[in-house]
Amino acid sequence: MPTLMKISVRICLALLVVSFLPALTGAQKVETHVGKWTGNADAGKALYFRYCWGCHGFRGDGAGENAPYLNIEPRNFVAATFKCRSTPTGTLPTDQDIFNTIERGLDNSNMPSWVTLTDQNRADLVAFIKTFSPRWLMEKAGDPIKVPPEPKLTVESIQRGQQLFQKLECWKCHGQQGRGDGPSASTLTDNNDQPIRPYNFAAGSRFKCGTTNEDVYKIFNTGLDGTPMPSFADVVKPDEAWDLVHYLRTLQVTHKSPELALWQSTKDGAALIAATKSSGTPTGSGVR
Amino acid sequence: MRNNRLGAATLAALLVTVIVYARPSGGTISGKVTFEGTPAKPKTIDMSKEPSCAKQHATPVMTEGVVTGPGNSLENVVVYISAGIPDEAAPSTPAKFEQKGCQYLPHVLAFQVNQPLEIVNDDQTSHNIHPRPMINREWNKSQPQGTPPDFEKYDKPEFIPVKCNIHPWMSGEFAVMKNSHYTISSEDGSFTLPNLPAGKYTVTAWHETYGDQSMEVTIGGSESKTVNFVFKARPY
Repeated sequence: MPTLMKISVRICLALLVVSFLPALTGAQKVETHVGKWTGNADAGKALYFRYCWGCHGFRGDGAGENAPYLNIEPRNFVAATFKCRSTPTGTLPTDQDIFNTIERGLDNSNMPSWVTLTDQNRADLVAFIKTFSPRWLMEKAGDPIKVPPEPKLTVESIQRGQQLFQKLECWKCHGQQGRGDGPSASTLTDNNDQPIRPYNFAAGSRFKCGTTNEDVYKIFNTGLDGTPMPSFADVVKPDEAWDLVHYLRTLQVTHKSPELALWQSTKDGAALIAATKSSGTPTGSGVR
Repeated sequence: MRNNRLGAATLAALLVTVIVYARPSGGTISGKVTFEGTPAKPKTIDMSKEPSCAKQHATPVMTEGVVTGPGNSLENVVVYISAGIPDEAAPSTPAKFEQKGCQYLPHVLAFQVNQPLEIVNDDQTSHNIHPRPMINREWNKSQPQGTPPDFEKYDKPEFIPVKCNIHPWMSGEFAVMKNSHYTISSEDGSFTLPNLPAGKYTVTAWHETYGDQSMEVTIGGSESKTVNFVFKARPY
């Protein structure tokens, strides 16, 4: 009997070891959960090697065969540094953040909107993208920054935002009129040491990381990692951040927004809007 | 009787402790870092785009990628024990990194893994602190004038270049160390690593432009050894 016991214990132990083996050999099953969708890395792999690898590369390092022809280099998934996040600077994005980026695309870059794929497809792709970097095994995604409800839009809010734009020296890169032509604009480089231009509000309606006021709030509170755009989370309070959002909208003189309409109705605002020339593209090329 | 014995034992233990502490604390490795060849000439930094910084400097500010002194000495070289000593817990005193006159003070800052790093902006302008690690987490934070210091930590040893995107001439280095046995060569290229227990060590010297080199050094007791490092300088 004791020998039988011993044998059964050994079998149990062996079974335990075998069940952990996949984790030990690195063939871990990566799953993602985005809303009601559960992404599967194996399914994502097939999609990646059909739609993504031409730019993002065979190894996910952003060195695909199209990469040399792109002026904003494709994301390097091995480095796992992502621009569009809801999480603080220096942390990994949430699954939902990557999912949203694939769905939305990156405005005015070579990354299109993959809205033609299904939600399930995109969730699978997120799972596969996360297999490229060991960071996903060692770190958790950051805690998303909290976005309080947007306060009522007022002229005073826009004016306070205007003062913040000066105080935080946003104009050093984005220019006094938000045209992406500030004194430091021409010297900026991204993490691939490629020249990169600050956002030209005057020519843009959409942002790289979204279109809503909440997206704008997140952009300067998280920073766009891998670019010169820093996080302002430690230096603006939530109320101030909303003021800044309202003012930034008025810089988008070619985009109809409630903020622009309200600003237009004031004497100072109308003068500023009339004085802002719109030229070039939102990403800064061709600004005169 | 028993009490007496206990007392004697305590006394003996105390004595031993005192002796251990009073002993000259280990050996010393010291030396000098020099270069051979022609180093790149420092360039003058044009700060005219940032008048609040430009006016802080009476003399032109030079780039600090290679800083040399008399007798071919090389400054700003991190000299540290890279092997032979176990990793040490970080001290709680913060290492201070200042942004002053649109320059980093010090240009090279060495501190330990998980030691608090205090980043201060003394300038009348915004800076963004953008260290560019390859192993540690990369973050990028704005620090406008008058904001309180920012506290950070790094959890892996690495040499990390630091830049400010708003003022592209600003350049510094973080040296994140595994133990407390590190130093940075001074103006005359000299360095001293004190308080080393007897043992066999790898001493590494790292320079931001010229890379690194290592030497094996064995120390017995409270011995003092001299090690010199010579870097090959290139004019570009």
